[in-house]
Amino acid sequence: MKPRSQSLYAWMLLFPALVLLSTFAFYPSIATLWSSLFTRGSARRPAKFNELGNYADLFADPVTWKVIGNNLIYAGVTIPVSIAIALLMALWADSRMPAKSFVRTAYFTPTMLPMIAAANLWLFFYTPGIGLFDRIIGVFGFDSVNWLGQPETALWSIILVTIWKESGFFMIFYLAALQTIPPELKEAAIIEGTSRWTYLRRVVLPLLMPTTLFVLVNALINSVRLIDHLFILTKGGPDNATKLILYYIWELAFSYLDAPHAAAMTVLVLIALGIVATIQFRLIDKRAHYR
Amino acid sequence: MAHAAAAIPGTSHAEPFIRIDGLNRHFAGGAGVHDLSLDIPRGSFTTLLGPSGCGKSTTLRLLAGLETPDSGSIRIDGRDVTTLAPSERGLSMVFQSYALFPHLSVKDNIEFGLRVRRVPAGERRARLNEALDLTDLRGFEARKPAQLSGGQRQRVALARAVVAGHPLCLMDEPLSNLDAKLRHSVRQDIRRLQRRLGMTVIYVTHDQTEAMSMADTVVLMRDGRIEQAASPADIYANPTTEFAATFVGSPPIQMMPPLSGEQAPRVGIRAEDLHLVEPKKGLLTVSVTSTEFLGAETYIYVRATEGDDIIVRAPGRVEPAPGTSFDLDWQPEAAHRFDQKGNRLALHRKTLVPAE
Ligand SMILES: Nc1ncnc2c1ncn2[C@@H]1O[C@H](COP(=O)(O)OP(=O)(O)O)[C@@H](O)[C@H]1O
Ligand SMILES: [Mg+2]
Repeated sequence: MKPRSQSLYAWMLLFPALVLLSTFAFYPSIATLWSSLFTRGSARRPAKFNELGNYADLFADPVTWKVIGNNLIYAGVTIPVSIAIALLMALWADSRMPAKSFVRTAYFTPTMLPMIAAANLWLFFYTPGIGLFDRIIGVFGFDSVNWLGQPETALWSIILVTIWKESGFFMIFYLAALQTIPPELKEAAIIEGTSRWTYLRRVVLPLLMPTTLFVLVNALINSVRLIDHLFILTKGGPDNATKLILYYIWELAFSYLDAPHAAAMTVLVLIALGIVATIQFRLIDKRAHYR
Repeated sequence: MAHAAAAIPGTSHAEPFIRIDGLNRHFAGGAGVHDLSLDIPRGSFTTLLGPSGCGKSTTLRLLAGLETPDSGSIRIDGRDVTTLAPSERGLSMVFQSYALFPHLSVKDNIEFGLRVRRVPAGERRARLNEALDLTDLRGFEARKPAQLSGGQRQRVALARAVVAGHPLCLMDEPLSNLDAKLRHSVRQDIRRLQRRLGMTVIYVTHDQTEAMSMADTVVLMRDGRIEQAASPADIYANPTTEFAATFVGSPPIQMMPPLSGEQAPRVGIRAEDLHLVEPKKGLLTVSVTSTEFLGAETYIYVRATEGDDIIVRAPGRVEPAPGTSFDLDWQPEAAHRFDQKGNRLALHRKTLVPAE
């Protein structure tokens, strides 16, 4: 084939992906970036170029910092805890166990439930007085707690729901990865006198590294994507205690109808996610090239 | 329990290095190994040979301790190891898939067991270097298994087995993932390595050529039992059953159709003991169906009025036209006679040319 027709061929192959990406990824990103640089327009005062004014406003607003702080706590707790639980459950479910497939399904159920349904379920658990948790602690003689209604416990209650939901999902990835490890590796290790713990540490965990990194990327993205639970459970309250970034953006855009500030916040999130993803994929390249 | 180990030439009355006694491991559907007894002398090379599914791997895994017997005992070097953990039995193992750790370098793979057992760094380095030299792997220390050829991976598996310095090494079809040419040379390498280190090797294979060319003793298995355990020459010359006769040797022993004047129900003759002679001058009338030229010799396929094709080996290149009639002839003592159940009938033993 001649170079010319070859490059035409290449463009033809790229065309569908290019159209889809442009329409649904590049264009919205650019548009968001663009609108974040203008003031909010109204009938009397048309939008005018505002340089980085919207960003300055955001940084000056204590709510922004509160939201970022909330999200850092939320991510910092849910990610390691749900990954650790997922790994433990996967190791357990992968070992010899009766009713293995039943247990696996049970773990996976939270992931299959629609977020809204799951949130409603937890709303019931958390209801003061009659909820599951209050009933349980009531048995031990504790007073009723308004789990979602007070700033000290609200964020932690949301964190618990997320861990419950994510662990089962991540476990499936770990389980799949564990099943690709040939059983002879374990036998070879046993013959050498390797303890279970050493085998786990020196063989299983390194072999699960690519999965761990993949799960980590997912968990990070999910941690700034959470919004449905908040709608049902807390609406960001009380006193912004459970307001996370995406909910904040939604609120700016649709409660306060302040699209430029919402756009500015979105751009900040995109930049942060982009940096994190780059670092992580560098890491994946370095740690997981042996396959 | 009565000790009824298959007799192996060269074993003395002193306890052998390995003594398997009445070993049983049953799986559903009659599979597994049944009532296995076997003595293996120190420093010998023993192959477990048999068709797929006959229990070779199970036997090896029972020896290794990866499988627990239902009954029976295993003694290694005078110790009853039947209930010991694999790592307490003083053995190493080479797996069919090599079982190399994909995330570890060649060096770390070989050193894995030494590190687990906390062998001091100096000794570890010395042993690693020795193993690298023995298996010709110098220069590959830093590579990951994925960056090696099949033959190199196989050598890493060997190095990992010898580095421990255990007196016993178990190998489960270690060459089955190599191409035919490589297999031939690695066969020699393994044999040399075993002699040099004085290791006792138990080697599983379904390839009779491999078993015959490497072993001091071939243990032929069938349906979870030992069919015959003998030196390669003995098992070839004096197969105790029709199964042993037809499984060992290439081409396999040729079973004759019913012969007039022959009392034995089943008669088999090695292809090299068969000769084609002029019609009416031999023992069985046959006609040529095809020929197969192999270089140094030719296989001539002939057929009597009933029965399957019979292979006759002829030196050099000969091309009798298909359909040509001959008579098949053989020396009376070349015939292996079996009863209806396939057990050897004739009481005479073919004397062996003493090995070495
Ligand atoms: N863990 C097991 N559970 C049930 N059946 C088994 C198990 N291991 C082996 N078998 C059966 O036992 C028989 C012998 O297997 P094996 O020793 O692996 O044969 P091979 O001679 O090919 O190595 C086979 O029929 C196999 O299906
Ligand atoms: Mg096998």
